[in-house]
Amino acid sequence: MPLTDSLRDDILAAVPSLRAFAISLSGNSDRADDLVQETLLRALANIDSFQPGSNLPAWLFTILRNLFRSDYRKRRREVEDAEGNYAKTLKTHPSQGAHLEFEEFRAALEKLPQDQREALILVGASGFSYEDAAAICGCAVGTIKSRVNRARSKLAALLYVEGAEDFGPDETVRAVIGGSGG
Amino acid sequence: MKLQGLNSRGNVEKVMKDVKSQASKNAAPRKPGGLNAEIQSRIGHQLRAMYDDVVRQGVPDRFTDLIRKLDGPAAQSHVENGGGSTDQNDGRE
Repeated sequence: MPLTDSLRDDILAAVPSLRAFAISLSGNSDRADDLVQETLLRALANIDSFQPGSNLPAWLFTILRNLFRSDYRKRRREVEDAEGNYAKTLKTHPSQGAHLEFEEFRAALEKLPQDQREALILVGASGFSYEDAAAICGCAVGTIKSRVNRARSKLAALLYVEGAEDFGPDETVRAVIGGSGG
Repeated sequence: MKLQGLNSRGNVEKVMKDVKSQASKNAAPRKPGGLNAEIQSRIGHQLRAMYDDVVRQGVPDRFTDLIRKLDGPAAQSHVENGGGSTDQNDGRE
């Protein structure tokens, strides 16, 4: 369909969640914004292939994911180095409260296999149905479900299982993190 | 014949389901410290907190400008007529 005003507004309205998705995938906000920019350019160039009435966010997420994956293949080595160093820095600074826990979560997320991470984010954070997530990732619904489950188990193992006795004292801190605004 | 075929397939599926649910019931207690509801909800909570933190930042100007510049042939002729800088006057922020 042609780029109408309302379609353009809908595309812009999807930008915040596209950025959030891109940052969760790449772990790097500059690179994430480049990904979003490429996604928008590609979407606008192919706007004729968008089916009116179909799920615009899902269409945009599919483009972004494909771009990320082809980009990722090129950059894999560089990224892995960066992640390794990042994880080391985190381990040398224990117990700095809420911020650390947030960073730990992010680091744990980055340790997940890419398939599992994207499935978890799409379903658990972006709020897509399993069906939409499956369409975005080009796989079966059952595959998405099992990826999400494995991602959750692995995150739990990375973050919580060893430190099960840490649960008690932090409840307020966790509540604050959860409710903290921008 | 067709009905029968459907029925027996339905039965097989039902049996498989029962077997599977039995299997998962049996498997569940084996996981030491498996995913309890509290951990599940904590993970979901943190995931959304991280994500929404970015969503709340809204649309950076970079993307609003980009869309405006690429906004179809009408916008392009508008840009040509007005020159590059008038394009920015459209944004009233």
